[in-house]
Amino acid sequence: MTTAPTTGYTAHFKVWRGDDEGGGLEDFEVEVNEGEVVLDIIHRLQATQAPDLAVRWNCKAGKCGSCSAEINGRPRLLCMTRMSVFDRAETITVTPLRAFPVVRDLVTDVGFNYEKAREIPSFVPPEKLAPGEYRMQQEDVDRSQEFRKCIECFLCQDTCHVVRDHEENKASFAGPRFLMRVAELDMHPLDAAKDEGLDRRTSAQDEHGLGYCNITKCCTEVCPEHIKITDNALIPLKERAADRKYDPLVWLGNKIFRRKE
Amino acid sequence: MTQVERQQWDVVVVGAGGAGLRAAIEAREQGLRTAVICKSLFGKAHTVMAEGGIAASMGNVNAGDNWQVHFRDTMRGGKFLNSWRMAELHAKEAPDRVWELETWGALFDRTKDGRISQRNFGGHEYPRLAHVGDRTGLELIRTLQQKVVSLQQQDFKETGDYESRIKVFQECTVTRILKGPDGRVSGIFYYERESGRFFVIESPAVVLATGGIGKSFKVTSNSWEYTGDGHALALLAGASLINMEFVQFHPTGMVWPPSVKGILVTESVRGDGGVLRNSEGKRFMFDYIPDVFKEKYAQSEDEGDRWYEDPDNNRRPPELLPRDEVARAINSEVKAGRGSPHGGVFLDVSTRLPAEEIKRRLPSMHHQFKELADVDITAEPMEVGPTCHYVMGGVDVDPDTAAALGVPGLFAAGEVAGGMHGSNRLGGNSLSDLLVFGRRAGLYAAEYARDAAGSGAKRAEVDEEQIAAASAEALRPFSAEAGAGAAGKDGDADGGTRPPENPYTLHQELQQSMNDLVGIIRREAEMSEALNRLGDLRVRARRAGVEGHRQFNPGWHLALDMRNMLLVSECVARAARERTESRGGHTRDDHPAMDRDWRKQNLVCRLADPAGGALPAADVPDPERGQIRLEKREMPPIRPDLLDLFEKDELVKYLTDEELTE
Repeated sequence: MTTAPTTGYTAHFKVWRGDDEGGGLEDFEVEVNEGEVVLDIIHRLQATQAPDLAVRWNCKAGKCGSCSAEINGRPRLLCMTRMSVFDRAETITVTPLRAFPVVRDLVTDVGFNYEKAREIPSFVPPEKLAPGEYRMQQEDVDRSQEFRKCIECFLCQDTCHVVRDHEENKASFAGPRFLMRVAELDMHPLDAAKDEGLDRRTSAQDEHGLGYCNITKCCTEVCPEHIKITDNALIPLKERAADRKYDPLVWLGNKIFRRKE
Repeated sequence: MTQVERQQWDVVVVGAGGAGLRAAIEAREQGLRTAVICKSLFGKAHTVMAEGGIAASMGNVNAGDNWQVHFRDTMRGGKFLNSWRMAELHAKEAPDRVWELETWGALFDRTKDGRISQRNFGGHEYPRLAHVGDRTGLELIRTLQQKVVSLQQQDFKETGDYESRIKVFQECTVTRILKGPDGRVSGIFYYERESGRFFVIESPAVVLATGGIGKSFKVTSNSWEYTGDGHALALLAGASLINMEFVQFHPTGMVWPPSVKGILVTESVRGDGGVLRNSEGKRFMFDYIPDVFKEKYAQSEDEGDRWYEDPDNNRRPPELLPRDEVARAINSEVKAGRGSPHGGVFLDVSTRLPAEEIKRRLPSMHHQFKELADVDITAEPMEVGPTCHYVMGGVDVDPDTAAALGVPGLFAAGEVAGGMHGSNRLGGNSLSDLLVFGRRAGLYAAEYARDAAGSGAKRAEVDEEQIAAASAEALRPFSAEAGAGAAGKDGDADGGTRPPENPYTLHQELQQSMNDLVGIIRREAEMSEALNRLGDLRVRARRAGVEGHRQFNPGWHLALDMRNMLLVSECVARAARERTESRGGHTRDDHPAMDRDWRKQNLVCRLADPAGGALPAADVPDPERGQIRLEKREMPPIRPDLLDLFEKDELVKYLTDEELTE
């Protein structure tokens, strides 16, 4: 294209269309304007060429984590991927999240994540404190607050190689998002799980598959909230769990960690 | 006849945002089997977009705060049109609702002594908003979501089934409230987005918690879900709506690039020190302090700046006036030719706080501008302008129980309920509203359902005819192409050979019309024109056709949402044309002053043809006449002990002489 940089141009898109019985990439030529994101282009396709093209989205501002898909094979939020990051001549391929079963077009069945969420024991309020009596220092809540920035887009769950191509691991592995949830509760200054006989660290290892994680940091790389899932949640959880259990990866993780510092 | 699967639950909550989840938790804790139906995935509700915080007079930062001060601020913000009883309950109960969230695992930002930190916000006399950076809504949703999960875990231990007492039906859209022959609610009719299949839930109590209507406007901070579903469902079920003329345009939405126009820029930017400037570099808000607020706001930049450090001896800067005032001021500056390059004004925090502090206090704003607009807010100003944000109007409810007037078994809470915020909502009062009235709706819906069961009276039967009518209505867009006969019956002069309409095009035309003709500044002739266009769109919307099949088909979903958007848009336009004054979120160019006589008047919207309510909207006989009937209703007088919280000098500005002498 030879258009001036401030005007629109026509981009070439390939979008996966189909359902649980199969499908394939469909080609589209579509107008792109300045400042647009990939979700804008998907919406333009719906409005002008493919009214029944299925896509999930809500806020269009990177806050709800609904529009997760894969763009040129990389897990991303459609609403936070600007068209300007691509070369104008480039073909842009949009496909559904690979780790989850397709429902239709770009929409997948993310039920796996909701099942895993239920398996993580909830926050246990301290018995002796009434509502309004909680006192916590900012520095003590900082760590858990970082994990609570999570918008549950499930990109980390999608990219994690433990389950991405290994359906058989899904039963015993909670995935980065929910291992991070265990870490969040473990680091909560007032969580009283211990009083109920629950050790969150051992349960991460024994019940939620922490041992499968070999800290390749793929989850951290795709996180649109830039949460340091591996460094701040998973490795500390492994270290804590390792007080009770030997995990060779903790040793390796520490080595990698130190070399970087 | 279509075979439709049925289930029975004690309470059904429509919507899984803050109000819906809080209602569901309450109903379940009351021991009732509770179903939650939501359009999106569980945890994605529009509440996550709320940034600034939850208003509650805990007094953690300034001990002078209490419920009376919060009540006063709320009434002033709403220009005294609020349901004073709701404003009272809200101010009294908000602190308990926030503290309760901590016991469910919420982690708010802290004060130095370890309490919940509170920040300043427009219209609030003291720092009052409990917050988590600028992602408070996400924290609220996640906490409620995780509380629901913890209840499900308890139920699993006892019954072996996570969903035995509380179940979330996600990605499902309710299209009709069903009623028994005696007028009581009997259940709901919905479709599942994934399969396109229809279902019925039989239930004596239904709580509407569906949020707002912003998707009827072009420039909006609202998501696709905000199509006024609950408002329309209530109307169709025979309930009434109030205050629909009051639509809040948030003063600061992004204006550039075009694809993000309307996305919210949190008020916290101003609460934490950000200022508004025009193209001449002037802090113009000092020129726009209205008389009713003159004594309460700084008259000079110096005084305004001192206030951040010494609020007891200085008055707040006018950037923190209620949202309606700030939005109008920005609109005027742009119209006067003093706007920014892309048609907004400048919001600057970069010269007011150190870069690190900005990143710490406003992380998601920093992220949003960097990623979407290539603007570094720690180094340069943002460009902002008004965006449709919130509807003050909603279902006409009993203030204490959240029960919809006139429809036994129907309840409403959150944005879909009217009254609480009067003519204008203060920032931060939305999240607290969700919690306070969400809980109340859940409590009283549970009580109602229990009484209904306890009295031995049979549940209202779900009528097969209503199910058949609802199915036919929902399937209509698929037969639009073959609909020559149907179109002919609708009275097309050319015998119904017109092609089907594209729902996306209809939606865009609706948004443009509402934006241009019933927007932030309104004129009678334009609103009449809007009503004409709405009539035309309504006729065309009957021919909205869709391609493909029923599985996850967004074109079909939009075609069905059009019915709701057209109904609520007509309410807004009709009520706005009727109210010949300017107040809060309703500004008339042709009636620019606030009129004390209008202060105690609510405009009540009802379906014009109640019998048509049980029929598909397309069969309403005369499209030109419109679907909505308006009625004026006097508000109950404000209780004397609440009036005593204000100085007489201030009340004179709002109340009529007659009211003052009583």
